[in-house]
Amino acid sequence: MAYIPLVLVVAIVAWFVAAYNKLVRFRNQIRNAWHQIDVQLKRRYDLIPNLVEVVKDYMAYEQETLTRVIEARGAALSAKGPAAQAKAEGLLTETLKSLFAVVERYPELKANQNVASLQEELTGTENKISFARQFYNDSVMTYNNAIQSIPTNFIASFFSFAQEAYFETEPESRAVPKASLR
Amino acid sequence: MISGIASACPKCGGINRPGADLCYLCGDPLGAGPGANALVGNDAPAAAARPPLRPVPMLLFTEAARHNVRMSALLFALLFAAFFLLGTAIGGAYGDPGTGLGLSFVLYAILGTTAYFSGSSIVLSIHGAREAVGEEHRQLRNVVEEMAIAAGVPPPKVYVIPAAGMNAFAAGRRPEEACVAVTAGLVDRLNREELQGVIAHELAHIKSRDTLYNVCAAVLVGAVALLSDMFLRGAFWGRRGRTGGGERGGGGRGNAAFFVLALLLAVLAPLAAKILQMSISRQREYHADAAAAGFTRNPLGLASALAKIASGGPEVPGENRGTQHLFIVNPLRVFGPESTALMSTHPPTEARIQRLRAMGGVAVGGGAQ
Repeated sequence: MAYIPLVLVVAIVAWFVAAYNKLVRFRNQIRNAWHQIDVQLKRRYDLIPNLVEVVKDYMAYEQETLTRVIEARGAALSAKGPAAQAKAEGLLTETLKSLFAVVERYPELKANQNVASLQEELTGTENKISFARQFYNDSVMTYNNAIQSIPTNFIASFFSFAQEAYFETEPESRAVPKASLR
Repeated sequence: MISGIASACPKCGGINRPGADLCYLCGDPLGAGPGANALVGNDAPAAAARPPLRPVPMLLFTEAARHNVRMSALLFALLFAAFFLLGTAIGGAYGDPGTGLGLSFVLYAILGTTAYFSGSSIVLSIHGAREAVGEEHRQLRNVVEEMAIAAGVPPPKVYVIPAAGMNAFAAGRRPEEACVAVTAGLVDRLNREELQGVIAHELAHIKSRDTLYNVCAAVLVGAVALLSDMFLRGAFWGRRGRTGGGERGGGGRGNAAFFVLALLLAVLAPLAAKILQMSISRQREYHADAAAAGFTRNPLGLASALAKIASGGPEVPGENRGTQHLFIVNPLRVFGPESTALMSTHPPTEARIQRLRAMGGVAVGGGAQ
């Protein structure tokens, strides 16, 4: 009988440790997810010059489209702060889409093996960026749910686990069909 | 007239209340004529046999994974018990329970370690899967990486089965060492969106560690069936010669009882193992479909892929009863509406498509409000 308080204390401490560790795990997952987005964005920056290099000879009359892609890439690379970067990235996605639309009009360009594989790589990277953002937002939701609900919210406020912000899409890119259905 | 049957809209696929005349999503008439609603079916007998559409419970991956690890442990324990009984019984039938037991323990140890440590490579090699390298599989590899990011698991190894049939499966003990195999026919005939759906389904199996249980079950169940077969043949062809030696058995009633028990076990063991294996994997398919819809945010991609697989033929070389439950669509037979029976490994593909379309419809409805 004398052991009952002891058992209770041990159980509470064990729950406390488990809940704290869960919050730490969720927070680290968010950081990792954010890093994943950066990895894919970097990959896109690296791929774009290659694509431009390959298509520019074919597209003598489409220099404007190419220039806009290069400019958008430069703007995205030099953007400061998450909000500005999100806007610049959205613009880059738009210009890439118009470039792909132009490529569709040139049969010999579409048939080019290099262009086809670069296009596939860029499409894949675009998708990876959006899935990485989706995973980031899902992770943020799980984490925010945990730090707002009873009883983990007590631990969260005691150790000052702050809420994380969702990744917001630009209004003009909301029309993209792959955007989240929520 | 027909009550209790949810009807799918022929235009948008939304699932409506029983007895509704107009679709609640797009406002189109639901159509009572035959053939107007191919998905749900308007003829009363077939429709009555189908269970009502229930929402799939939210899948928590950590819980599903824990459940699968527990189930795998249980499987190994059950198999240990089965080997214990079978070993004693078969040994007894030949007049030496001790040796039978010892031999069955050795066999169990070999089988168990094989199933656990190289189950995936066995399954891959049975179906002749080769690693997807080279330019022609670039899109496949990209799709797998995309979906791994969406699922938040490390990208699995990608394999291609050189076959014209359309099918896919996943294997691996842990997400860190998992692999995905698809047939060449699947890669050729699905568009990117559909391929994403299929791969997302496989990654859901990996993330919830269904693959651990499924591969162990494939190897172990296959082995038990094989051993029992061997015993049954041995019982009919080899028994006379051995008991003729008669060093320890002594014949008699005890030996006969052992023999009957051994025969019974040898018949029942593979059957029981099969029912166990099959009754478990069906609910997982619905879960993996729902999770795939969550990863892609596009349930209609997987729905259309399943429809193509069902019509294009899911045959895979090396298909057999030991591995059928691994695949996204059962490669062995085409299911009719009444096949939610105990022995099937998968829910009817039609019912899966219907659920996925309902998800798509519900999501569109929610966005429009």
